[in-house]
Amino acid sequence: MTEIPLGPGGMSADVEDVELYHPHSWITKYVFAQDAKVIAIQYSLVALGVGLIALVLSWLMRLQLGFPGVFEFIDADRYYQLITMHGMMMVVYVLTALFLGGFGNYLIPLMVGARDMVFPYVNMLSFWVYFLAVLILVASFFAPGGPTGAGWTLYPPQAILAGTPGQEWGIVLMLVSLIVFIIGFTMGGLNYVVTVLQGRARGMTLMRMPLTVWGIFTASVMALLAFPALFVGAVMMLFDKLLGTSFFMPTLYSMGEQLKYGGGSPLLFQHLFWFFGHPEVYIVALPAFGIVSDLISVHARRNIFGYRMMVWAIIAIGALSFVVWAHHMYVSGMNPYFGFFFATTTLIIAIPTAIKVYNWVLTLWRGDIHLRTPMLFALAFIVTFVNGGLTGLFLGNVVVDVPLSDTMFVVAHFHMVMGVAPILVIFGAIYHWYPKVTGRLLDETLGKIHFWITFLGAYAIFFPMHYLGLMGVPRRYHEMLESTTYPASAHQLNIFITIAALIVGAAQFMFVFNLAWSLFRGREADGNPWGAASLEWQTPETPPPHGNWGPHVPVVYRWAYDYNVPGAARDFIPQNEPPPAVVAMQGHSP
Amino acid sequence: MFAAVMLVVVALGSVLFHFLSPWWWPPIASNWKYIDDTILITFWITGVVFVAVLLFMAYCVFRFRHRPGNVASYEPENRRLEWWLTVVTGVGVAAMLTPGLFVWDRFINVPAEATEAEIVGQQWQWSFRLPGPDGKLGTSSTKFITTENPIGLNPDDPNGKDDVVVQGAELHLPVGKPIKALLRSVDVLHNFYVPEFRAKMDLVPGMVTYFWLTPTRTGQFEILCAELCGVGHPMMRGQVVVEEAVAYQDWLDKQTRPVLADNDTAPANNKNEETR
Repeated sequence: MTEIPLGPGGMSADVEDVELYHPHSWITKYVFAQDAKVIAIQYSLVALGVGLIALVLSWLMRLQLGFPGVFEFIDADRYYQLITMHGMMMVVYVLTALFLGGFGNYLIPLMVGARDMVFPYVNMLSFWVYFLAVLILVASFFAPGGPTGAGWTLYPPQAILAGTPGQEWGIVLMLVSLIVFIIGFTMGGLNYVVTVLQGRARGMTLMRMPLTVWGIFTASVMALLAFPALFVGAVMMLFDKLLGTSFFMPTLYSMGEQLKYGGGSPLLFQHLFWFFGHPEVYIVALPAFGIVSDLISVHARRNIFGYRMMVWAIIAIGALSFVVWAHHMYVSGMNPYFGFFFATTTLIIAIPTAIKVYNWVLTLWRGDIHLRTPMLFALAFIVTFVNGGLTGLFLGNVVVDVPLSDTMFVVAHFHMVMGVAPILVIFGAIYHWYPKVTGRLLDETLGKIHFWITFLGAYAIFFPMHYLGLMGVPRRYHEMLESTTYPASAHQLNIFITIAALIVGAAQFMFVFNLAWSLFRGREADGNPWGAASLEWQTPETPPPHGNWGPHVPVVYRWAYDYNVPGAARDFIPQNEPPPAVVAMQGHSP
Repeated sequence: MFAAVMLVVVALGSVLFHFLSPWWWPPIASNWKYIDDTILITFWITGVVFVAVLLFMAYCVFRFRHRPGNVASYEPENRRLEWWLTVVTGVGVAAMLTPGLFVWDRFINVPAEATEAEIVGQQWQWSFRLPGPDGKLGTSSTKFITTENPIGLNPDDPNGKDDVVVQGAELHLPVGKPIKALLRSVDVLHNFYVPEFRAKMDLVPGMVTYFWLTPTRTGQFEILCAELCGVGHPMMRGQVVVEEAVAYQDWLDKQTRPVLADNDTAPANNKNEETR
């Protein structure tokens, strides 16, 4: 952190600039834009829009679970369509797109000191292909038979057979949409990776990058490796559906007749799906880890504790997450000896994850904590992530998973750990970077109300839900029905959860209002309202224009976490502030 | 201050909910108490960690809140503390994993004296097959299924002639005798789940899966389907009756054997897919 990279002759040399393509019209500036920041906003707005649809879907399914039979338009078919679309939208089209396409595009170039992504044109294509994938997905709501109701895991044979809603059009549109999404993501993902590797400003060594960039970078590498498995699975299932191949289809006797399938393996799809699906959890989690590290450090006015360990933990989690996938399949009928291996790898991954949690809370320790809205969301992330991570130790430990698998315990676990926790980070991040994007602060009072309802409400939804699973209530039941197994009081718990979900959902519209209102009426912010050290806050103009840095690309002299350095004049030192020795030398040079 | 209090409330509220709420697993009815024990170990370890982290956060948020004159300390790393925490975490993880793997070893290794029982799933009902006096189940395959042969017994297999097929009714099991459940599906994925037994396993078309258990108390238990199998998924229920050996034998004697003509020709289909 103290070594100073200097240009020839002790000078910090300016890097020769590559001429950017500058837009000539409104269309090329705001629609078919090549500026990563505009693309970031396009990605974010579309993803937030999809998120609002998914939120409404979750309301409908909670209404059905809390008050079964009251809402006649929600029958079993409709319910399965709701859960499927809610799940796939949230995991892929909201969280992946928002963290990588949204935050990745906005923050990578600004945080590493680049003028833009290295392939701006491909970056533009990435967004529009993503948008096409969203349109195809949404189109399935209007297709004959409606969207697929196969569950977000789309397990064959059920996904393409009679007895499952949307097995004619819905599933085909879903698979095509995923294929298109992956094509779009690959274009974006290559950009993020190459920009981090090749586009960094002078002095921005890898070990000086903010953890946000580390998280998004590692997640992008993982996504480039994991999504192809889903791509292959989707293509094969399309063939099974449309061409009558039998990749995933054994001999079947369905609805009173022998089908013309034979020789395929339903388990093969599950392996392909989870080879993607598990890394996907960390594709969502690692950017959240990175972002939350930066939020905590900035608002606690303290360096992130154990930076190097944090970086290695991100890399270790990324690597390990490729050898844990079959922990989703302990009761799938796969070779039971796999259980030993996958339980061991899964529990090992808890160690780097725990290190991250320790370092977050140790960053708070002896800090100077400003409880602004972004910080509150960061703290709530730790709570929900620790909760969800710990219940992962139940489900990862193969034999403990046996009674809990496919119950509401699983639903509660993954919502806590990869639903609520990353979304809290997204909110925190939006409150944090909104002034950079717009030049105005989000309203703090509305923000705090939004925070407390969302955090406590979401916890009230998902914490008790674990106990439904412990009682033996399976997931994916459109109603619990009478049972001799679980008591009638379980239903009261379901009503409580539904009411909490309605309230939490409503609070999100307050957030949407805040986003729109503050754009025009929010308090004006200067370029660095939080006093943050990382590069994106040091732009000459706010919001930064195309090209980010004006005439000179910044030179980086230190890591992103110089807060309250003993002897420093201010309580933070920007990454591009030269040390006194360099200033002295520059003063003497011609 | 408010945030610190809320962190304490969340931590203690979760613990109180855990101990005071009426919602807990149903009383066990099989030999898999080991699984319950492993869950309890996991609850204790994870519960302590959860409360410790939250209370520490609450302390920090209160003690190090921004006030005039409060200056954060500058301490990029503390290798000793980091390694110490890593090792403690490793020990905690091992304390959960080790018993888990030992129990898994028992779970997948079926005792030699276990008797077989076949469970067949189809949208959306359960069927069962028990071996006859020869103690052996005949082979079966989805390709043999016809309306007369609903679960696809091999008409040429003499071992299957005395098998007991139970359709649309309860499965009876003798108490105290280990059972190896052989699971088969004719259409889509299903999952045989009796919460009181703790054990569960998917039924996968095209293959035979298994698990074993020893019922430890008599009674009637509900079978739930725990793998999404289409719109009828929540309705796919069945009953298991666990009873004393004498009552079980009475029930078994009353069951009918399927009568299949020897020349029952199966539809020519994929020959290499013998499921058992």
